Amino acid sequence: MSKEIVMIDGNEAAAYSAYHTSEVIAIYPITPSSLMGEYADQWAAEGRQNIWGSVPTVVEMQSEGGAAGALHGSIQAGALSCTFTASQGLLLMIPNMYKIAGELTPTVIHVAARAVATHALSIFGDHSDVMGTRETGFALLASNSPQEAMDMALIAQEASLESRVPFLHFFDGFRTSHELARAEEISLIQMQAMIDQARVKEFRLRALSPETPRIRGTAQNPDVFFQAREACNPFYAACPAITASVMEKLFRITGRQYHLFDYVGTIDAERVIVMMGSGAETAEETVKYLTDRGEKVGLLKVRLFRPFSVPDFIQALPASIQKIAVLDRTKEPGAIGEPLYLDVVTAIHEAKESGKASFGPLRIVGGRYGLSSKEFTPAMVKAIYDELAKPEPQNHFTIGIQEDVTNSSLSFDPSFSTEDPRTLRCLFYGLGSDGTVSANHNSIRIIGLETDNFARGYFVYDSKKAGAVTVSHLRFGPEPILSTYLINRANFIACHQFYFLEQQDMLKAAEVGATFLLNSPYPASEVWSHLPRRVQQQMIEKKIKFFVIDGYQVAKDTGMGNRINTIMQTCFFAISGILPKGKAIEKIKESIQKTYGRRGETIVAKNFLAVDHTLSHLQEVQVPETVSSTFDMRRPVPVEAPEFVQNVTAKIIAGLGNDIPTSLLPNDGTFPSATSQWERRNIALEIPVWDPSICIQCGKCSIVCPHATIRGKVYDPKLLEKAPPTFKSTKALWKEFPDTVFSLQVAPEDCTGCGLCVSNCPAKNKQESGKKAINMASQLPLRDQEKSNWAFFLSLNEVDRSKLKLNLVKDVMLLRPLFEFSGACSGCGETPYVILLSRLFGDRAMIGNATGCSSIYGGNLPTTPWSQNREGRGPAWSNSLFEDNAEFGFGMRLALDQQNAFAKDLVRKLSTEIGKELSENLLTAEQSSEAGIQQQRERVAALKQRIVGIDRPEVEQLMPIANTLVKKSVWIVGGDGWAYDIGYGGLDHVIASNRNVNVLVLDTEVYSNTGGQMSKATPRGAIARFAANGKDTRKKDLAMMMMAYGTAYVARVSMGADDGQTIRAFLEAEAYEGPSIIIAYCHCISQGLDLVHGLDQQKKAVQSGYKPVQRRIEPVAHRL
Amino acid sequence: MDLTTKYLGFLLNSPLVAAASPLTASVDSSKLLEDAGAGAVVLPSLFEEQLISDSIEIDERLNQGTYAYPESLTYLPEIPFASDEAEQYLDLVRKSKEALSIPVIASLNGYTDGGWLRYAKEIEQAGADALELNVYYLATDPDERCESVEKRYLDLIGTVKAAVQIPLAVKVGPYFSAFAHTAQQMKSAGADAFVLFNRFYQPDLDVETLNVTPNLVLSTSEDLRLRLHWVGILFGKLQVDLAISGGVHTHIDVLKSLMAGASVTQFASALLQKGIPLLTKILEELTDWMEAHEYHSIEQMRGSLSQNRVFDPTHFERVNYTRMISAYRR
Repeated sequence: MSKEIVMIDGNEAAAYSAYHTSEVIAIYPITPSSLMGEYADQWAAEGRQNIWGSVPTVVEMQSEGGAAGALHGSIQAGALSCTFTASQGLLLMIPNMYKIAGELTPTVIHVAARAVATHALSIFGDHSDVMGTRETGFALLASNSPQEAMDMALIAQEASLESRVPFLHFFDGFRTSHELARAEEISLIQMQAMIDQARVKEFRLRALSPETPRIRGTAQNPDVFFQAREACNPFYAACPAITASVMEKLFRITGRQYHLFDYVGTIDAERVIVMMGSGAETAEETVKYLTDRGEKVGLLKVRLFRPFSVPDFIQALPASIQKIAVLDRTKEPGAIGEPLYLDVVTAIHEAKESGKASFGPLRIVGGRYGLSSKEFTPAMVKAIYDELAKPEPQNHFTIGIQEDVTNSSLSFDPSFSTEDPRTLRCLFYGLGSDGTVSANHNSIRIIGLETDNFARGYFVYDSKKAGAVTVSHLRFGPEPILSTYLINRANFIACHQFYFLEQQDMLKAAEVGATFLLNSPYPASEVWSHLPRRVQQQMIEKKIKFFVIDGYQVAKDTGMGNRINTIMQTCFFAISGILPKGKAIEKIKESIQKTYGRRGETIVAKNFLAVDHTLSHLQEVQVPETVSSTFDMRRPVPVEAPEFVQNVTAKIIAGLGNDIPTSLLPNDGTFPSATSQWERRNIALEIPVWDPSICIQCGKCSIVCPHATIRGKVYDPKLLEKAPPTFKSTKALWKEFPDTVFSLQVAPEDCTGCGLCVSNCPAKNKQESGKKAINMASQLPLRDQEKSNWAFFLSLNEVDRSKLKLNLVKDVMLLRPLFEFSGACSGCGETPYVILLSRLFGDRAMIGNATGCSSIYGGNLPTTPWSQNREGRGPAWSNSLFEDNAEFGFGMRLALDQQNAFAKDLVRKLSTEIGKELSENLLTAEQSSEAGIQQQRERVAALKQRIVGIDRPEVEQLMPIANTLVKKSVWIVGGDGWAYDIGYGGLDHVIASNRNVNVLVLDTEVYSNTGGQMSKATPRGAIARFAANGKDTRKKDLAMMMMAYGTAYVARVSMGADDGQTIRAFLEAEAYEGPSIIIAYCHCISQGLDLVHGLDQQKKAVQSGYKPVQRRIEPVAHRL
Repeated sequence: MDLTTKYLGFLLNSPLVAAASPLTASVDSSKLLEDAGAGAVVLPSLFEEQLISDSIEIDERLNQGTYAYPESLTYLPEIPFASDEAEQYLDLVRKSKEALSIPVIASLNGYTDGGWLRYAKEIEQAGADALELNVYYLATDPDERCESVEKRYLDLIGTVKAAVQIPLAVKVGPYFSAFAHTAQQMKSAGADAFVLFNRFYQPDLDVETLNVTPNLVLSTSEDLRLRLHWVGILFGKLQVDLAISGGVHTHIDVLKSLMAGASVTQFASALLQKGIPLLTKILEELTDWMEAHEYHSIEQMRGSLSQNRVFDPTHFERVNYTRMISAYRR
């Protein structure tokens, strides 16, 4: 049978096997596993059949807990079922996993293994989630590559059916789930041969049915529970052998062989690493390298971790073994070792005790590696073998980091490399929006499928959603590629954005003689003088072959806009010579047809045109022999940034985060706020320019700016004496501030150039109606002057908040945003509401933020957009989980109320020391206005002064909680995925609580952060991820449901439709002493609209009656 | 009473034709039009620009923000939007043809040779009885000469005519320097009929918001004059069928059109305003009028008030204009 070769990532590979051997698939989005659900949903929408000829039912649930419940129910009722998840999602499935295993019911959960949130959330890969399920009774089966993900997914299904033990099949998040690699696709005929129909029949017959009534899931008492719990023992005892036989069956059918434990290395190895997951590929590459050079080393790859078969494990180890290093990709604080280590120690101990192991004295050490997709390289593997070679190898080590607090880390030589010189190693630096990654997906497919080369591609993305930098790591070569680590020795580097040269040290990874392709607005004759000194120097020292093309000009000429992907791809093939030129062009065009054919002939034609126009614009540059540039790479942060930002944040920004030692990082996840101001990303091609003669000072630009980069101030005209020459001002139009001037200023280096401010500006030039009071203009010529203007603007005094009418947009503009320069998308529809919250209440806000877009742009390193005012006050922010945010914020309220009450008690007890008047004023303070709050702050300051030093226990108790006497504003912020779906139960309870919390639902009508999956906020008919055929039910009316309590303040707002109403809703919600909820309509990139029209879209949604705005000022129950 | 009329080689039951409008966008609605007495239906235009811009838009939106942030590499399922719209149109042609016994005329609005050719062929294959080419080109570039504009029209018509077997009606606007000559050239290029005239939708200006506000203004009977004028001039001079589109609202408008020389009158605005039953009412009024005035067929009156057949042909010339001005002064 001919083999179908595919280029596939781990998610698709696992989903492929899972889909075709399932009948019911319950899904819920969570990174990095969401794609498995998306594939299943898409295939079902297309009517793709499983191996039994039916189309699986794919259903999205409200949470992973819900998906696990649906899975449990489905298998009890006799349908072959599976689900996909990761991390916190897997944790939510654990209760059902115990039940499913306890009931000996076959199923498979496919996991793209990801770090569990601890001191911080991380979306990246490790085994902490999988290890959290060890006690559930699920079998745990690991795969290490996309090919293995396809194979093991199928093995898991059949082994589960045969053994009745449910399986958890896992592979490393991102490294395997998102890596493109060449694989042999299992045909449906092969799948049919793998699945034993007799076992399927047995599974059906065990299902619950009224025709053969039984009950399952009883409650048992001390008399029988224990014995009954032990009844499953034979199934677990048999499971390893069954799994091994299923692996053997796969070998017979496909020719690919796996064992429960796979050993590679010399038969007389003395030092062996035991591990599982994608890191084993790198370890295998290293073992081959070392054994070729005579070292007696080996690697044992663990496939079936649970049930752990001691005999198979012992059998797989070479008898010559003397030392073992067991590597765990997880951390169990306080344990005497991580899980795999403990199992290995126990297994060997038991085997030796029982005389079943023939080893001599054996030294076993354990170590941690690769948490949160931390790089795991041959250099690290080598360091571990070297450590094992020592007489007293370090135990409980870490590798890959500099852990300088307890000094657990092994050092390694980063220059050690096992790269095959015949492998072409390519790095591509692109911008998210320029199509670099999608072009590289196509390139790797072309090379992997059309040549004899093996190919593997991995893609590194940004932590920002706007101006995101992507780095594609592509390897091609004549031998199978095992390198599951980033390329640090490249022989081809492409830079698709010229300005990256100032920011990214991309030639650091270049080998001598490497090729460098640059998308340059300057021709070959001029480009040299525009390169930073470091780049010039590296080019000369490394004898770089240098090519340039003005990709954007070619794109413009061929109608491609800002998409330079096919242009740069064509250059890559032309320079690399990996395919003959004609063949390369033919294959590029075929891939264009395949990728874009469904989008219409126009798109295909313009891509073809771009390909045809490219080669004549590609130029080779003769590299001069001397460095001549007058400038160098930019500093990641300015010199005036604070120490922590210089020592830690700047390194992360510069891409040197791997070098930061443990001692410099916070040990409890607490980071300083107000650090985004130092990042200055300069990603806007155009920025708004103010025309004071047209401006009506309405504030509408400032209030909708998603990144808080356009601001207004009113101030004394005398201050203008020190203004930079180009700083603009005009007479202020506020009655409250006579004889003042007004300035509107943009932060040129922080603006993302989205244009929402201009689209929302109502003031037009009377001579030229196409011009407004702000107009977009090219950033680069304005950058320096506006930098000075922005610095001067920041130096001007903030306006006295107590003099402002906070229900007016123009007055709100004058409030300093305490959420600025976030990592949100350019043109984001959510952040204007968050910024509004920060302006109105930020100096006294406690914020609980559900996981999602808002927690990512609000809390993803390197910098923090939550900011501080001049007095050092600002929002206190935290993210607990996705599902519990209402409860989390509610807890904050309880704590504040409790401390406030206690503080008041203490004030009463200390009234003599405090003074009667002050203590009475403190206790009865009216804090419904800015002025009232300010006065209370002054009273608290006076209180502290009066009691400091007084030797009474009440003073000691009062001092740390005295600030709770000042009114605090508790906000619970999250998206519709949280409020409508996974967190709804908690939200419902908190709204019913009658406590003073404020809920802000940022409703984009989909799960935006994970890529636009349907939520219950999605409208009927909308096509979204997980709703590829359109959603068939209406949008849930959350406002109506919340109003039903009669105790909550409920508002629906739309900044684009009515900004004044929006502000009033925020003020009323906050002023209301009970629970409040604001449902804010947010335009979003996932809605498939050009975000510059986002506000207009909001307006239309309201005007059409689809999205009504409302404010329920007086909750009903308070009238009754 | 013989209300039949010949148009594009078909013998129609009545001279009232449903013009391209939202009313012919569904088979059910077209069926009602047929039942109300329409002699033929013209399906809404398939706009080549729309297909192209939709294609570009969907490409941009599907690309937007993709492969940038690791949690959301894409945001939307791949939607085959652009090709769907053309396919839906072809499906409308097929279903309309299946459901109706009157001729189904498809309409194509495009501006490039390639686009017209492809869709014209597909429309023919889908079963359309005839094709109405809606040529709407606005030459706003001062460097573009009128010859090149006219050549553009002729090339388009010639290309499509060569590609399809079904009759071809050409719908154009009135803004030509020498329309009679241009029409003759268009006939030579392959036009079997002219539909006079396309209504260009000029944008309005909003002085409050300082915005240009595109809006649709439905025709009135006042719009008929221009059409009557040119149909009257062309009738008998060019051996083509003539249709009037724009301004036909009453049975008197129909009579005027036929007497000027039109084979059929196309209805859109009137039906959008007053509903499909208006067709039945007009047919009844038309019949009553013809009976009262002792006409026995449409053919009998067709062209009777055209320039060739009136007592004083100068009424259609410039002299008519000077006469009107001087009469007004008096």
